Amino acid sequence: MSSKWWLVLAASGVLAIGVAACGSSDDNGDGSDTSSGNLSGDIRVDGSSTVGPLTEAIAEEFNAENPDVKVTVGTSGTGGGFEKFCAGETDISDASRPIEEDETKACQAKGIAYQEIQVANDALTVVANPDNPVECVTTDQLKSVWEPKSTLKNWTDIQGLQPSFDADLALYSPGTDSGTFDFFTDKINGEEGAQRTADVNDIGEDDNATVTGVSGAEGGMGYFGFSYYQENQDKVKALSIDSGDGCVAPSAETAQDGSYYLSRPLFAYPSAKALDNETVDAFLQFYLDNINAVAEQVGFIPMTDQQSQASQQKLDAIKSGGGSATTG
Amino acid sequence: MEARDAKAATGAPRRMDPARPLVAARPRYGEKVIQGLLAACAVISVITTTVIVISLLSPTLDFFGEASLGKFFSLDEWAPTQADPTFGALRLVIGTMSATLWALLFAIPIGLLSAIYLSEYAPPRVRKTVKPILEVLAGIPTVALGLFAITFISPQIQDIFPDAVKSPPFFVLAAGLGIGLLIVPIIASLSDDAMRAVPGSLREGAYALGADKLKVSTKVVFPAAISGIVASIVLAASRAVGETMIVLLAAGANPNASFNPFESVLTMTASIARVATGDIGTNTITYNTIFAVGALLFVMTLAMNAVAIRLVRRFREVYE
Repeated sequence: MSSKWWLVLAASGVLAIGVAACGSSDDNGDGSDTSSGNLSGDIRVDGSSTVGPLTEAIAEEFNAENPDVKVTVGTSGTGGGFEKFCAGETDISDASRPIEEDETKACQAKGIAYQEIQVANDALTVVANPDNPVECVTTDQLKSVWEPKSTLKNWTDIQGLQPSFDADLALYSPGTDSGTFDFFTDKINGEEGAQRTADVNDIGEDDNATVTGVSGAEGGMGYFGFSYYQENQDKVKALSIDSGDGCVAPSAETAQDGSYYLSRPLFAYPSAKALDNETVDAFLQFYLDNINAVAEQVGFIPMTDQQSQASQQKLDAIKSGGGSATTG
Repeated sequence: MEARDAKAATGAPRRMDPARPLVAARPRYGEKVIQGLLAACAVISVITTTVIVISLLSPTLDFFGEASLGKFFSLDEWAPTQADPTFGALRLVIGTMSATLWALLFAIPIGLLSAIYLSEYAPPRVRKTVKPILEVLAGIPTVALGLFAITFISPQIQDIFPDAVKSPPFFVLAAGLGIGLLIVPIIASLSDDAMRAVPGSLREGAYALGADKLKVSTKVVFPAAISGIVASIVLAASRAVGETMIVLLAAGANPNASFNPFESVLTMTASIARVATGDIGTNTITYNTIFAVGALLFVMTLAMNAVAIRLVRRFREVYE
């Protein structure tokens, strides 16, 4: 009997020390941070597969400080994400393009107020196989490959391309729900949502399939967000793009100053209602406070100081407006 | 009379009195309830089929109200989610046929040879262990087979035929072999049953005439069981036509009308899965597309199953 009591005592002692240890490490972590570690609840994020990895990285860091908060990050694509967001199913929608008119209407119909907050920059990167000698393509050449009804079969079919490269085109495209697809078709083909379907592999939202495909096919070509290129520089190479002012390679600088033709801002759309919840509020503030450091770590292009300030102002605006912030 | 009643009361066996009516003395309500329940269970599957047909019908009719039947069965581009949609579903039919073709080319020889071994050669003890293991293969989740196809089969084939694959890692042969693995057990198991149902007297007759085991298996038993064997193949084919996950993962999504084993294709099932999981508004033509393709798929598998059932019936008539 008495030995059992000793066991209980010893166990509770160990527990107490453990709890104390946890507490102290929490204190250290929160030393310079205003956000407390006792938040709890669920935060539901969905949307762009380009922005997804960024939100996930932020969520991981946020989780380290707030272990009781569960952040789920889905990647249904920008369009798929807005569909759920405007149905009130998610708190934050990641987007790789601004919200569109019909999506705005869907949100209004459901009474969902939101704010567009830029979180990073991206350089949509056109990639090819490392064995491909071509370094630079013009926007017209890209269009001739990707426009609807294009019948180009081989790299040699591309007008004026230097140097000549004899390999069959193997094209990998993100799915039609993808903001990357919308952006690329808009900028290159001149009509959003219009692209050739013959001899194109639709990889859906799985950008890694493009990496596998382009690195495996000599004449491979595909496009995705800059971060996937950064992660896979050993497997695929980025093509420079000439939009009339010479070849520009995708990079942090060319994306920030906009000289790279396919550079674009990346967004997170929080709903005003979700921001009433202090957990979501704290998460978004944490997002903006840490985004530039995290962005570089996970291969995204951070915002300029000016962009950061604008985002903070927008977040403050939607908060001060209570739940009835202006939309879009 | 009294003596017999007493006998009945003790429960001893007795002959049925032909004059006694076959109706129970008291109505058995419990029996009626059970009968009703069983009938309801049988009716549920009939109702389900009917409801599926009805639910397919209305969006399909809507679809053909906007898109022409001729364009649907044409080699137009298959681009239902594009800004300017076109619907050349014949490309999907060809994709499905290509995947099914490669699956059957793999599964028929392996399945039939396994069946001949199991029914004619294998000792009973071996058969008892091998057949259940073979049938377990049919129970592997198709998503696992799809992953196996893309992570194992695909790189292996690329090693054997370098530069043949147009857009690695996706090509129809990898998916076809994955489906082949799935339908080998269907062919092997059903063909084995068909061959074992061939009366022993046929075999004995052949042995008596001096035939050896190979001759008996291939020249007597196999032809005698042929309708059952063909039925198993047709069933396997309709399973292959309807298979979704393996082609979704491994066959790529390129609606090109090609039977080239090294090109990627989009099948009917994969196109439904792809369009349906995206963001599409209900009652748009894109939404109705998936029902039109679904209806086509339904008709195709229904026709194949009808053929299979016919063959099974013919097979039964031979020996009863």
